[in-house]
Amino acid sequence: MEALAAAFQMVFSVQTLVVMVLASLFGLFVGAVPGLTATMATALLVPITFFLPPIPAIAAMVTATAMAIFAGDIPGCLVRIPGTPASAAYVDETYRMTVKGHAETALGVSLVFSVIGGLFGTLVLILAAPALAAAALQFSSFEYFWLVLLGLTCAVFVSGDAPLKGMITLFLGLLLGCVGLENPAAHPRFTFDLPDLLSGVSLIPAMIGLFAVSEVLRFSLDANPLAPVSRQVGSVFRGMGAMMRRYPVQTLRGSSLGTVIGALPGAGADIAAWMSYTISRRFSREPEKFGTGHPEGLVEAGAANNSALAGAWIPALVFGIPGDSITAIVIGVLYMKNLNPGPTIFINNPSSIYAVFLLFIIANLLMLPLGWLCIKVAARLLRTPRNLLMPVILLFCVVGAFAINNSPFDLWILVAAGLLGWFLETHGFPIAPAILGMLLGTMLEEHFIRSMIKADGNLIAFVERPIAAGLALLVLVVWGVSAWLGWRRRRAIT
Amino acid sequence: MRLGDAPIGAAFLALAVAVLWHIRDFPPAPGQPYGPALFPGLIAAGLALASVLLMVSAWRPGVQTSEGQAAGGEGDVRAEAPRWLPFIATVGALVGYVALVDRLGFIITAFLMLCSQFAAYRVRPALIVPVAAVSTLLVHAAFYKLLRVPLPWGLLSGWTW
Repeated sequence: MEALAAAFQMVFSVQTLVVMVLASLFGLFVGAVPGLTATMATALLVPITFFLPPIPAIAAMVTATAMAIFAGDIPGCLVRIPGTPASAAYVDETYRMTVKGHAETALGVSLVFSVIGGLFGTLVLILAAPALAAAALQFSSFEYFWLVLLGLTCAVFVSGDAPLKGMITLFLGLLLGCVGLENPAAHPRFTFDLPDLLSGVSLIPAMIGLFAVSEVLRFSLDANPLAPVSRQVGSVFRGMGAMMRRYPVQTLRGSSLGTVIGALPGAGADIAAWMSYTISRRFSREPEKFGTGHPEGLVEAGAANNSALAGAWIPALVFGIPGDSITAIVIGVLYMKNLNPGPTIFINNPSSIYAVFLLFIIANLLMLPLGWLCIKVAARLLRTPRNLLMPVILLFCVVGAFAINNSPFDLWILVAAGLLGWFLETHGFPIAPAILGMLLGTMLEEHFIRSMIKADGNLIAFVERPIAAGLALLVLVVWGVSAWLGWRRRRAIT
Repeated sequence: MRLGDAPIGAAFLALAVAVLWHIRDFPPAPGQPYGPALFPGLIAAGLALASVLLMVSAWRPGVQTSEGQAAGGEGDVRAEAPRWLPFIATVGALVGYVALVDRLGFIITAFLMLCSQFAAYRVRPALIVPVAAVSTLLVHAAFYKLLRVPLPWGLLSGWTW
């Protein structure tokens, strides 16, 4: 109980609340401007959170991303360009609603059901995380090995329809994670006599490069100004009560699916939105209305992408395995703040965990007034000249990457990662598996080697313990199902 | 400029082979049969296999349908080629910053970086210098004064504040 009281004190301090409001505005802006993604927002926040105490740092990231995922719906609705990839699933639907004159309904649905989805995901997080942590205390190196492998497998197969390319970027990320001294033998690998590489490729500059710099590079190739917003938006909240009464199943289904997909490592809000919209159409009683400006799919997918944000924190907090790219970055920040994620944090530092729960609840509630404000000024926001904005963002990336370690070498990592990220994305290679590979590679190797040493090379030991066997089975199931689906798709084409 | 999957697969295969070549000299861990070469070796082997599969699938058209649909989005439909100047300017600005910031100092380098990019992105000429100057000073104030990041002064070392 004192942990809860301590959490309240940490969260309701002036500093945290001010940081939350500022981060909200930042997140709303980043979400609303197409070309800036929620992951980019998180990456850009890292240099600032570096200098904040742990709870305000986490508050900034939680709030900014929740706002950004909602705000991405706004330009999608008004000018048919999604503000973030998570809104791309239903951009046509929302735009159709605007054309029919129902822009405020589309935006209202998006806002209200984002809040509902976010709160639902938070509830699951609050209930599931401590329960999972208790189970996680039973984990030894065998279980962790299979869990990390499951995470990496999901990242490749759930996240896209080009699993072969996802595997390649995963292997690339794993190789980059091998650089340095951090291996069981403490032998400097791939350092090429550069002292800067002894501790490995710096994760944060690499992430800022892969997510933020690559976006700027992509914009530079396609720097068209956005069409001006010509439609008026009426009262956003009108009719939302009726929506909630009309689509309770969709709300629940979207929120649950979103939370589960968020909890799967490597799959985040964008995948949750796509899958949710597809499922909504498949199970709808009026499927012919989808695509004509029908709010049903919007209810479900809008709830899904915000609940995925909370779901992603479940494996992140309990195991240190990120549920999506955003939590991958957040885990880096948690380690920096000495809040090492894992089951022990629930025992040693429960007030921090309660604080995270509280932050999620407050962030989702804050979305109502601030999101409404954002919708009101949307037309003006969308006139922001992106050709002025992007170079400044680039400067911010450069200074931010430098600020982490004050190391000029990190800047070269930033540039290289930016070019690599741009090149990979342009050719259809997903970036998220690379990040997971870099983050989890050391963990995977450590548990693998440790298990091999304990088992004396006897591979059967990897499936002797019950939880380990169960996880191994899950890995095989994911591999099997993906292979079968891929084979079926190939047969359907030829 | 879009490369096909085959050359990219070949490049990754070359990388995998290079890694396997490099790790053959790694010493074993003291007293253990599993050394620092095991994990990179497994990964490189996997990468080699995946690269070969990618190259094979590239030579059999129509099998992987999604690889061509990259994150191009709105840009794919236009008939004109992408404009390379802003891209080259951006990369040049990045590399130029990293190479020159210690010599010229943050303020000068950042200002030049922003100006060159604004020009390449076709910002209105009247806006270029003022916005670049204000942005540079704001970023400098935020990071140097507020967050105490030691941004280099370079040529302006006489005017530090």
